[in-house]
Amino acid sequence: MKDQITHGLENSVTSTPSKISATQVNVHYGDAHAIKDVNVEIAPNTVTAFIGPSGCGKSTFLRCLNRMNDTIDICRVTGNILLDGEDIYDRKVDPVQLRAKVGMVFQKPNPFPKSIYDNIAYGPRIHGLFKTKADLDTIVENALRRAAIWDEVKDRLDAPGTGLSGGQQQRICIARAIATAPDVLLMDEPCSALDPIATAQVEELIDELRENYSVVIVTHSMQQAARVSQKTAFFHLGNLVEYDDTTKIFTNPRDPRTESYITGRIG
Amino acid sequence: MSNLAILLGIAIIATASYVLGRYKVAGTSQTLHSLPRYYGLFALICAVVPPIVLFLAWLGIAPFFTSGPISAQITPAMIPEGGSASLVMADIQRLANGVMQATRAGLIDFSALGDTTNLDVLGETLAAAGLIFGTKIDPAVFALTQDYIVRYEIGHDVMTLLLLGATILGALWGLYQIRPSFWARNAVERVLRLVLMLAAGLAILTTVGIVFSMLFETVNFLRLHAWQDFFFGLNWAPNFHGDSELAILPLLWGTLYISAVALAVAVPIGIFAAIYLSEYATKSLRSIAKPLLEVLAGIPTIVYGLFALVVFGPFLKDWFGDGGFLGVNWMSDARSVATAGIVMGIMLIPFVSSLSDDIINAVPQSLRDGSYGLGATQSETIKRVVLPAALPGIVGAILLAASRAIGETMIVVLGAGAIARFTANPLEALTTITTRIVSQLTGDGDFNSPETLVAFALGLSLFVITLGLNIIALMIVRKYREQYE
Ligand SMILES: Nc1ncnc2c1ncn2[C@@H]1O[C@H](COP(=O)(O)OP(=O)(O)O)[C@@H](O)[C@H]1O
Ligand SMILES: [Mg+2]
Repeated sequence: MKDQITHGLENSVTSTPSKISATQVNVHYGDAHAIKDVNVEIAPNTVTAFIGPSGCGKSTFLRCLNRMNDTIDICRVTGNILLDGEDIYDRKVDPVQLRAKVGMVFQKPNPFPKSIYDNIAYGPRIHGLFKTKADLDTIVENALRRAAIWDEVKDRLDAPGTGLSGGQQQRICIARAIATAPDVLLMDEPCSALDPIATAQVEELIDELRENYSVVIVTHSMQQAARVSQKTAFFHLGNLVEYDDTTKIFTNPRDPRTESYITGRIG
Repeated sequence: MSNLAILLGIAIIATASYVLGRYKVAGTSQTLHSLPRYYGLFALICAVVPPIVLFLAWLGIAPFFTSGPISAQITPAMIPEGGSASLVMADIQRLANGVMQATRAGLIDFSALGDTTNLDVLGETLAAAGLIFGTKIDPAVFALTQDYIVRYEIGHDVMTLLLLGATILGALWGLYQIRPSFWARNAVERVLRLVLMLAAGLAILTTVGIVFSMLFETVNFLRLHAWQDFFFGLNWAPNFHGDSELAILPLLWGTLYISAVALAVAVPIGIFAAIYLSEYATKSLRSIAKPLLEVLAGIPTIVYGLFALVVFGPFLKDWFGDGGFLGVNWMSDARSVATAGIVMGIMLIPFVSSLSDDIINAVPQSLRDGSYGLGATQSETIKRVVLPAALPGIVGAILLAASRAIGETMIVVLGAGAIARFTANPLEALTTITTRIVSQLTGDGDFNSPETLVAFALGLSLFVITLGLNIIALMIVRKYREQYE
């Protein structure tokens, strides 16, 4: 099976150098082995989807990419993960700095109980990304525009972010991640708490974000993966079963497990 | 029949009705609406409730039959100097209880006492049984006592019959109701709800009762003393010449000053401790430290008071007093605002930290993740996300601590001193509302003088202040809870 993956990689390596390159990644929660020997190359300006049945380790692997797993005491990560050719688990890398470069959007919209403006300005303020108040205003406006929510909130930037609808909150969270000027955006089931209309808005946004960022999105919805991503990785029981172009995965999967999953036979 | 025997009788009837209730439905072939035990319980409730209600009613009615007519017969001649009719009545009841007790113990024979009893011998007999009456027993009073005992015993016999009768009738009625289609389960449920409601109602009623009795005494006080002096006067100087100055303001100043010192100690330390416990400490440390803190919160305040008086006050005086280490002579007495305030602060630390810890823990993990995900450090996350999110709740915790500080008594009684004045020097003695309540009510003051009644006015003021603080605190805490639900 491993040869198949390598084989898949060889196909993709030909085009552009990878944004993120993970080799032989293993994750343990205490004694539980959650991720097993995973190898993935994530291309720049691409939406990469992680799919698989729940509990298969999609979130865990995603959280390896910005070292969010460091905040969990019992979690142990081994292997190599390179961002632009640099090992992010190197001792010289500050995980806090890394997370500014690799932004994250969570399953449940989690705006801070502050004004919309302060939510977006949170990252820039922490990282000192601006000199004048006008700079900050520009950063906030740009982030909100990129997240396709500027028109809806421009008149009430002082209102609390928690007072918006779920879909708006999630786009605020995306804007908040964008405002710290990341290279990569990680999204963990960003639409699972949203209604269909809000989901459509966020999906459209994800497609636009591809222009400027590498996006990695975890989703339990195969339709969503098919709609928004160019690359898809299928996880099963902690293994990366198959990783290839999205069209390939959905039309002509190599592995029987992938086929069972996308045809709905593995839950 | 003794009281114990009555209780036993009721218990036997109740148990029997339970068994019979179950038995009545157990044999039928019809489907039961409820489990058999509910039928038993229903019969049991029917047996027990009537005597309870009857007994409570009796407690209310009995005085009209026993003590009422007796106290009407008390003549001025029977009242000793400085006493009152109600005191004589209390004596009669005490004596009657003694005689009945001695009769039950077989020491004397009440029915054989007659009018000719040698009261000195009776007094000695009772004293030998451990029932000592200070004064010599007055024959006229003793006659009334005999009358009282007769009435009491008749009442008791009637009551016994009524109670047992009510139990039997109740049990029979309950058993009659029981048939397989009877909704016993729902009936039991209704009774249970009623019991719970009564408990809640009783708690509220007693509170209301306490407030009203304080209000009543406060009105009495304001009738005897100028309200302008109480609310706006600047001196606290009770005396026995009837021209006392009884102003609340100097006491309020002492209370607020000492509470402020206490909060200045407890709030920062408590909140820092809470942050450490909830955000930094490992699970195992937290599982030890948190219960430990809560135990600290359970130490009786008198212990803290002793600590203030014996250890901390003298320690402060060693530093700031005459000939102390600093050589400044700022402090003349070990008791001072700082002594009581700082020790009270120590007492409040676990209170503040435990509540704040709960509140900080209630901030959803997703907010922390969101902040970490944007590249914030742990302390940035705490400062900019966790604490602002928890702030309303923490403010609520602080207000609750403040209302405890204001109502705190033992620490200030022992540590703060007794001088009512306006001073800003924390090393001087001051006094508080609570300590003055204690001192006005202890001692031999006439109970109807303004010097004593002022305690109720002070108590009511304190109640209003702490109630206000608690209401504000609870409102804030509740509002904060809603945010995350
Ligand atoms: N914080 C954690 N502590 C212990 N085990 C965890 C933790 N998070 C996830 N796991 C375990 O790791 C496995 C993968 O979980 P996860 O990555 O959340 O799956 P997915 O996102 O694909 O549903 C699961 O078996 C889960 O029980
Ligand atoms: Mg997940």
